[in-house]
Formats: sequence, C-alpha cells, structure tokens
Amino acid sequence: MRPFAYQRATDAPSASQALAAAATANVPLTDAPVQLLAGGTTLIDLMKLDVMRPQTLVDINGLGPDWSQISLERGNLRIGALARMSDVAAHPEVLMQYPVVAESLKLAASPQLRNMATVGGNVMQRTRCTYFRDVSYVNCNKRKPGSGCAAMDGFNRTHAVLGTSDSCIATYPGDFAQALIALDASLEIVGKSGTRNMPFAQLHKPPGDSPQIETTLQPGELISAFVINGRWPRSIYLKTRDRDSYEFALASAAIALDVQDGNVRDARMALGGVATVPWRAREAEALLKGQKLDDALAQRVAEAAFKGASAREHNAFKIDLGKRVIAHALQRAAMMEI
Amino acid sequence: MTDHPPSRSMSAFNRRAFMSAAAGTAVAVPLTARGAGAPAKSTEAQDPSLPVNVTLRVNGEDRTVAIDARTTVLDALREHLGLTGSKKGCDHGQCGACTVLIEGRRVLSCLTLALVAQGKEITTIEGLGKEKQLHPMQQAFIDQDAFQCGYCTPGQIMSAVACVKEGHAGSDEEIREYMSGNICRCAAYPNIVAAVKQAAPAILKG
Repeated sequence: MRPFAYQRATDAPSASQALAAAATANVPLTDAPVQLLAGGTTLIDLMKLDVMRPQTLVDINGLGPDWSQISLERGNLRIGALARMSDVAAHPEVLMQYPVVAESLKLAASPQLRNMATVGGNVMQRTRCTYFRDVSYVNCNKRKPGSGCAAMDGFNRTHAVLGTSDSCIATYPGDFAQALIALDASLEIVGKSGTRNMPFAQLHKPPGDSPQIETTLQPGELISAFVINGRWPRSIYLKTRDRDSYEFALASAAIALDVQDGNVRDARMALGGVATVPWRAREAEALLKGQKLDDALAQRVAEAAFKGASAREHNAFKIDLGKRVIAHALQRAAMMEI
Repeated sequence: MTDHPPSRSMSAFNRRAFMSAAAGTAVAVPLTARGAGAPAKSTEAQDPSLPVNVTLRVNGEDRTVAIDARTTVLDALREHLGLTGSKKGCDHGQCGACTVLIEGRRVLSCLTLALVAQGKEITTIEGLGKEKQLHPMQQAFIDQDAFQCGYCTPGQIMSAVACVKEGHAGSDEEIREYMSGNICRCAAYPNIVAAVKQAAPAILKG
C-alpha cells in the first residue's frame, strides 16, 4: 500500500472542502488524490492491491449520529449514509415494510463486512472485475483510460450482459442498489454549496467511453442519506450465486409489487449481477401493470428484461439464468403473505 | 558421552516469547510521532512517512504504539502488541481469520485501520477467556473437535460468540449462514456448527 495522510472530518463541510480542493479533471477514481474512508471494506482492500491510490484519506466516520440514523416518518424511510449494512437489515420497520431492502443487505456480504460497511459506501463501492483488481493486467480502461479491456477476450464469465460498452464490461457488484433503484429511492447529497436531492437512478452512469468515472457526483459532494417514499411490504430480493452464501450475484432481482384482488396495480423490478450499473427494468415491469400474474406473463416479463442483452464468450448463461431469476422472483413476490 | 560443542539452547525461547519480546523492543525505540487524526479542515501538510501515535484499547487495556498510518488493527495487534492470536489469512477481508470484536461487534481487523479504531474497545481471542477458565465457546470448540489445523479457529470463535449474541444461532441453517464469513480450509464445518450450538445457551444466559 502506498503511504497516505490521514485526516478525520468532524463535519460535512470540511469533508466536502477537502474533496473539492483536490478534485482534478480527467483523473480516474483510482488516482483521486483525496478519498473518503467510511467502512473501508472495499477501499482498504483495493489500496492493498495498489488499485486505489489516494494521497489523503479523509475519515468520515465521526460526522455525527444523524449520519447513521434510520427513521420512518410520515410513511417515508430515511437511512443515514453512515448506517451500517447490518443495522439497516435488522431494523424492525425495514424488515416489515421494505423486505427487499433488508434482504438485499443481508445477502450482500459476510456478517463481519456488513457490520463494518456503511450503506453510503456500499453504493459508492467500485464497479470492478478481476482484471480491474489485478494491476499486473495493464489493459484496464477503468484504471488507465484508453489502455483497453483485458476482460473482453479474457475469462469473462462473471461480467455484465446489460449496459456494456466497448470500453468496459465489469458488473456492478452491489445488491442494495437494486432495492433502492426499484423503489425509486432518492439521495440527499451534501456539497460545497449546501445540500441537494437527486433520484438514486441518476447516481450511476453506464461505462460508455469513460468507465473510469462511475457516478454523477460532482467534486466535493458526498451522499448523506437515502429516502424511500411509501411502503413496499410485498417486495423481495432473489440472488443466485456460485456458492450458497457470501458471494457476488451471478443474477439477482429486486421486485416490488402492489397487488389488489389478484391484479398487479404497480410493479418495480431491478436486476443485479448482470449489468454494469444498478439496472431498472422499466419496459419489462410495465408489462405487469393491470395484469393477473401467471407463468406465461412472468415469462414474457423475463424475456423483455433481457431483450437488449449482449454476451461475451463465457457469460451467455447469465441471460438464461437472469430470466429464470425474474420468473421465480415474481412468483415468490406474488405469493408473499403480507 | 557427547563431544558436541556447547550450543545456545533455544528450548526456553519459544516463538511466542520471541514475538512479544520483539514487539516490546519496537515500542521502546524512541520515535518522533505526529498527532493522529487532525481534523480535515486543517491545511497543514502531513508527511505520510512519519509514524503516528495511536492508542488502542485492547482487552480492557490502553496500549500506545507509534505506527505507520497504513497499519491495520490486525498488524498492530500481531506486530506491535505481541497479540498473535488473531490470524492473517487472506489479508483482504475474505476469510475471517482476523475477526475481532470492536465495541462488541465482529469486524475484520485486516480491513480496519488502527487509526480508525482509536478509542474503541477491541476484544481479541486473548481477551475472551483465561487459560484455566475458558470461554464457553472455546470449551465448545474443544469438546466438539471443531478444528483440525487451528489456524482459522480464533477468528471462528470470535465470530461464533458474536453470532450467538446477535441472536443468529437459532438453527443449523442460520448458524451456517451467519458463520459464512469464516472459511475453514480443513472443512471442520459440521463440528463448528455443533460447537456454536453447544455454547449458545451458556452465552445467552450470560
């Protein structure tokens, strides 16, 4: 690991100023001179691998208790960005009213990692693949823009089939983000000139020709909270992976349904493990509205969700697996007793 | 009869004693340290190559060490404090061998910077029980033969204690899920589940 200066931020403006002061245009995230440290579960790992190379770490764990609060007010859920994944997953109201949120967090990592990692850090974790993690591969457009992508013709079994570009096919690795994007969550963001709100769906940008930049946050901005409007008791997160526990998704689905008298009044669907960003399947979910859910409809929805998918040599199986996950998750959501 | 030349005996000099002696020496070396954790609004340039003074509260005792800012809690414990019970497996947060409790919660000491853990209560396997009075989970691991080589065992035990206290030892299935962050290369998993089940009632009773 390269040496770094360690600073502790006690209030958001100082953290924001430190970030903004060091912001340099066209520098990949890996080489951003000032980086924020929350739970550290991805950052410290990637620093040990010499992938992330901050000159200064700003520790934001001491920003204050508000930053880790979870509250349900007037039917809206607000989660402070520094709340730990395990605490959000175990919150009684989250379990009851937003099972898709609780399940996505519970299935995301080992209990130790979930005790450490914050939800803000979770959505800001690097979109990464094994070639990105291994600096002995010179070709990585995320680490070195314009250097190429070793994964394109490499071993790309775990890579994305949706939202890919010629520059990058790394899969967005998180689970929680699928729940957020499915439930139309919004972000509270602190920046140099105060706070602003933004739909969570606008946070991640597809790789395009600049995969070294992953989010739309501006210099000096940090996420302070997530807000979910309304309640979604009929919601689930289904995750398939190579082993039963503690593994990234090969394909996953976050589904929320509002069903009345057997008819689907509203449906939300997001996919994980298959796309370069948290992936809302809007066209597919629209097929459900006003319909009675049966096997044939679930199949049509699944087909629609992967209409634009494109596979490389080793990851075509994800398209079929992803469709099965959707069909299965829809059936399970419909049968939930709430 | 022996005609071997007299050699320096190592018999009274086991590895653990050597480790703690070496760690003690390192701490005794005078080092110029800068204060750690200056607020971010401070604009003074810090020289990352200088050691920082960090006070860690380990097993109820405050220990101050002068360390490089990059030092993890795991390395601080093992290399600076002579507490070699916590093990370095992967050093990347994947195996769980380094699991310790910070403020009573199980975390990975290999991904936690010592600087971040200042002022927090750290409990390691050394602080769990005493040699003559083992913690119920330590005793259960012996009773159930829940290890073979033993390398992952301190992490398994720390994780298992937290697993029970969190209320996640209700069934074999739940124990397996909530112990999945601790990998056992010898695959003692069935016996680990049995040990967690054995110790759970005593731990929950307090």
